[in-house]
Amino acid sequence: MIDAIIVVVVVAILGVYVSWRAGRLDRLHARLEARRAALDVALVRRSSVALELASSGLLDPATSLLLASAAHDARSAQNSREWQGGQGQEAGHGREDGQGREDGKNGQELPESDLTRALRAVFGQPGFRSSLDGTDGADELLSELEGAAHQVFLARKFYNDAVAATRAARRTPLVRLLRLAGGAPLPEFFEIEDSLVGTGEAGQGADMPHLTG
Amino acid sequence: MRVGLVCPYTWDVPGGVQEHIMNLAETLIDLGHQVSVISPADDDTPLPGYVVPAGRAVPVPYNGSVARLAFGFLSASRVKRWLKEGGFDVLHVHEPAAPSLSLLACWVADGPIVATVHTAIPRSRAMHAAEPILQSALEKISGRIAVSEAARTTLVEHFGGDAVLIPNGVPVKKFEKADPLPGWPGPGGALGFLGRMDEPRKGFTILVRAFEMLAAQRPGLRLLVAGHGDADEALARTPAELRDRIVLLGQVSDADKVRVYHSVDVFCAPNTGGESFGIVLAEAMAAGAPIVASDLDAFRQVLRRGQAGELFPTGNAAELAAAAGRLLDQPERRAALSAEASAAVRIYDWPIVARDVVRVYEAVVPAAGRVSVLPR
Repeated sequence: MIDAIIVVVVVAILGVYVSWRAGRLDRLHARLEARRAALDVALVRRSSVALELASSGLLDPATSLLLASAAHDARSAQNSREWQGGQGQEAGHGREDGQGREDGKNGQELPESDLTRALRAVFGQPGFRSSLDGTDGADELLSELEGAAHQVFLARKFYNDAVAATRAARRTPLVRLLRLAGGAPLPEFFEIEDSLVGTGEAGQGADMPHLTG
Repeated sequence: MRVGLVCPYTWDVPGGVQEHIMNLAETLIDLGHQVSVISPADDDTPLPGYVVPAGRAVPVPYNGSVARLAFGFLSASRVKRWLKEGGFDVLHVHEPAAPSLSLLACWVADGPIVATVHTAIPRSRAMHAAEPILQSALEKISGRIAVSEAARTTLVEHFGGDAVLIPNGVPVKKFEKADPLPGWPGPGGALGFLGRMDEPRKGFTILVRAFEMLAAQRPGLRLLVAGHGDADEALARTPAELRDRIVLLGQVSDADKVRVYHSVDVFCAPNTGGESFGIVLAEAMAAGAPIVASDLDAFRQVLRRGQAGELFPTGNAAELAAAAGRLLDQPERRAALSAEASAAVRIYDWPIVARDVVRVYEAVVPAAGRVSVLPR
C-alpha cells in the first residue's frame, strides 16, 4: 500500500517537473521569437535609412549607387525571408558569381554583412563626417543611421543570447527523450558583420559600433 | 584636341577596360591629340606619363562580388582638380554606370561628354533602386559608344536612347611580326588554341575531340594551347599517346601570346557562344594565322562570311576536324586565308578605331562648348 503511494507521489512530482520544463522551453521559444522580430525590425530600419541616405542627394552618385545597391540587396533578402514564413531557412541568396564567397546557411546573412561593409567603406573615408558639416539634413540622417546600426548590433546580440539559451535547454536528455520541443526547428545563430569600424581600428575596446570612430 | 579619359578601374590591374583605354590613349597621342587619363591607382604606382592617379580604389561589395572602386568626396575632388587643370575639349568616360570615377566625372563636369559602355550587364533591380541618382549624372552624356551589340542593347535597355557601335580595337602592329616558339609548328603541323580550357563556352573540349580524330591519322600533328584553367576534364578521355602531343603552356605573357599565334599552322576558335566580339580571333587575324572558327554571328562578321577564315558548324568536332584537316593539306589555301585575315583585321586596327572615336568627339564638341567643372 505504502509502495503504491510512493509511486503515485513520485509520478506526480515527475509530472510537475516535466511540465515545468516544457513550460520553460515554451517561454524560451517565445522569447526567441520576440527577439527575432526585434532583430528583423532593426535590420529593416537600418536598410531603409541607408536607402534614404543614398537617395538624399547628400552624397556623390558613386557612393549613393553603392549604398543603394547594398541596401536594396538587404531589403530583398528581408522580404524573401518574410515570404518564407520567417523560418530563416531559405536557400542561399542568389549570387551571380560566388567567387571565394560562401553562402551562409541563412540567405539573409551575406547581404546584411555586405551592407555593413558598404557602410563601413563609405563612413570609413577620412574626413567623411566633416565633409558634410553644415549640409542641410545631413546630421539628422547620419545620427539616424548610426542609431539604426546600434539597434542592429544590440538586437543581434540579444537574439543570439536567446538562441544560445534555447539550444542549451533543448540539448538536455529529458527534453530530447520526451521530445518536449515538438517539431520546432533548432534555432540558428544570426552571424553577420555589424561593426561599422573594422577590427583593430579606432573604437577598439568599445563594444558599440560607431559611425565615425 | 585636348581629351580627358576616365578609367573606373585600377590602372595596374589587368582588365579589358584598362587595356582599351591604354590603347585608345596611346593611339590618340600618336594621332597628335593631347590626352590625359585619370584612373584609380596608388600614388606610388609607376604610371605612364599620360595617367594621373586618383588615389587607391577601395574593395567594396557591389552586385554580388567585391569590386575595387573609387568613390566618395575625396575622389570627386581629385576628378575636379584634374578637370580644372586639364582644360579639356572633350571628356570621355568609360563604363559610366559603375559606381566609380567615371560616374563621379559625369557628376562634376559639364560640357561635351562622351561615354563608352563595355560590358553587357543585365538590368538589375538594385540599379532600379538607384535609377534617379544615375539618371541625373548620366543624362549629361552627349555621345554614347558601345563596344558590342550586347553592350548597346544593355545601354538602350537601361537608359533608353541609342548608341554608336565602335568595336574594340586590336593593336595590329603588336601582332604582325613575331618569331614562332622554338620547335613550332614542326614538320607534322600544329593546331593552336588560346583561352580558358575549363570554360565550356570557349569550346576547348570540342577542339580536343577534333584533334583526336586528326592526330590518329597524322603522326606528327601537335596541338599548342595557351591559357589558364583546368584541362583535366577535357583531356580525361584522351589516349596517352595523343595526350603527349597536346602542349599546354598555361598563362603566357603578352609577348609569348603573339608568338603562339605565329607558331601554329591552323588557329582554332571553337567557341560555342557568348562572344560579343572575339578579341582572340581578331588578334589571330592580326598575326596572320589561318583560322578555323565556329559559325557564330560575331565570328562570321569578323571573318567576312568565311573569306578570312574557315567556318564550321558550332559545336561539331567532326566538322572542325575536317576543316582543319583540309587546311593542313593545302599550304596555298592557308597562305590565301592568312593574307585575307591580315587585310580584314585592318578595320579593327586601333588607328582606325580611334579615328571613329574622334568623329564622335567632333560631333559633340561644337554643340556643347568646352568641359567645365560644376560647383559641387
